[in-house]
Amino acid sequence: MNLMTLLEMAAAGMGERVAVQCSGERWTHAELFAGAGRLAARIRDTAAERVSVLDVSSPAVPLALFASAWSGRPFVPINYRLTGAEVDALIERVTPVLLVTDGERAKSLAGRSGVTLVVREDLLAEARAAAEPPAADWSMEPEEIAIWLFTSGTTGVPKAALLRHRHLVSYILGSVEYMSAAEDDAALVSVPPYHVAGMAALLSSIYSGRRMVQLPAFSPEAWLELAESERITNAFMVPTMLARVVERLEATGGAAPSTLRALAYGGGKMPLPVIERAMRLFPSTDFTNAYGLTETSSTLAVLGPADHREAAASSDPNVRRRLSSVGKALPGVELEIRDAEGKPTLPGERGEICVRGEQVSGEYLGRASRVAADGWFPTNDGGFLDEGGYLFVEGRIDDVIVRGGENLSPGEIEDVLLEHPAVSDVAVVGVPDVEWGEGVAAAVVLKEGASASASELQDWVKQHLRSSRVPQLVRFEPELPYNETGKLLRRKVREALAPS
Amino acid sequence: MAALKAGARLKSGVCDTQVMVIAAPAGDVALTCGGAPLLEAAANAPRGAIHPEHKNGTQIGKRYVNADGSLELLCTKPGEGSLALAGALLKLKEAKALPSSD
Repeated sequence: MNLMTLLEMAAAGMGERVAVQCSGERWTHAELFAGAGRLAARIRDTAAERVSVLDVSSPAVPLALFASAWSGRPFVPINYRLTGAEVDALIERVTPVLLVTDGERAKSLAGRSGVTLVVREDLLAEARAAAEPPAADWSMEPEEIAIWLFTSGTTGVPKAALLRHRHLVSYILGSVEYMSAAEDDAALVSVPPYHVAGMAALLSSIYSGRRMVQLPAFSPEAWLELAESERITNAFMVPTMLARVVERLEATGGAAPSTLRALAYGGGKMPLPVIERAMRLFPSTDFTNAYGLTETSSTLAVLGPADHREAAASSDPNVRRRLSSVGKALPGVELEIRDAEGKPTLPGERGEICVRGEQVSGEYLGRASRVAADGWFPTNDGGFLDEGGYLFVEGRIDDVIVRGGENLSPGEIEDVLLEHPAVSDVAVVGVPDVEWGEGVAAAVVLKEGASASASELQDWVKQHLRSSRVPQLVRFEPELPYNETGKLLRRKVREALAPS
Repeated sequence: MAALKAGARLKSGVCDTQVMVIAAPAGDVALTCGGAPLLEAAANAPRGAIHPEHKNGTQIGKRYVNADGSLELLCTKPGEGSLALAGALLKLKEAKALPSSD
């Protein structure tokens, strides 16, 4: 089992279709396959034990990924937005490495021991020069590691999640039909390569035969323009990206891209008002909410287009709130909510989301696997299932506020505050409290031109939830701290709100 | 034929079919394509005739399973023969239509 098998099949059955394009440069599946073979031979000639890309999206990303798989080295995309010191620390962890990067960065990294530098353009030129692909001599050992993905490190030093070939191949075979895309289908990929959604988008596009159009630097203007000019049919975005596209369309009165059939989102919590506005602005687009983790090879559960429409149109509050859910588990994934004793909970009861399936890795470099002997993996995400089996995710268990022995979910309080007409964004965190151990605090961003007092928002929460959920502290902020893929940095909010 | 291992590549001795093993039952299995034993991908074998009752063909990208699902093969190259386990033809695994999530 090897990711290369997916590309080999794409090259065999859809060789002349465009696999990936970026800024006018196009690669067919056959060209990608031949290029990966040539680069694999080059990698094997070096002492590199890993292949890394420290760069924005470009065709060099799929080439380097498949060449790594062919040569038997793990592929390690590195976040190019990190500071110099953070990048240095990650490079240190992947040496000896063949590192693909841009020309500027290559100059600054020259002379590092254990680092074989390849400038992006040189890699592309070398892959282009490939003639006939070499013999398919990659390893089929399913246990070999295909990708190291550094987690975002919002809570500390980034951990490297290990995804083996069997995890990723299982994920693709379980969620994508071979050659299921029409000839003129095109996916707009705006998530960066170091995000698991970027890797999943790449593999899904190749196997389904869908042309991948890369957008290296996201802006709502660029996304809308590319979607229209490239006649994009499918796209994936993190919630902040979709929120910015929605704001842009509302500000300009512009229309949604005319060819866009399907829009999937995930990678963070989607605020209800954003998805409601998006559904109005994109009336003929199918929306899918995808929930997954880096260490589960991406998507575990989806809320599909029919569920979106049913929830949005329903007057039953229990059906309507499913718009905030992540739907149901994929066919190859088992899902349970477990209480503190590890027992499955009843519908509506909160607990830890646990999953089992062939795509679940649950393994980090240098640490014991978190997967139990029976295959179950505790995600460290809290949530519950409703009566209909829809999964609601309420954030990391570590973020739960323990107030006087009562467990409070920040997500529940945030959802209520977001429904207030003056509130544009909110983060609820626990702060030290002499009386209760932990108290509830909220950092609130108001909508432009709107006003609300702290006591007004406290009353609002009191009307909707039990009094223990009412924030004892409400502080207004111009904006909340997010990382570049839209993950809220709760640690920073906690630090800002904690009494000094 | 010897025991199967997940990830292994096999090919037909009588047509162009190639498969990758996704799941395999324990123990030795008699796996055939076109009525003739499946071979290691690297094997070099003379071509024989396809058994007329094992000639429905294989399709690239389709998964084939036995009755209890303990055996699953992914067709990576199509051919004219049919896959079978101990003489019983394998069935196409039904794919569930899923919304594109990435």
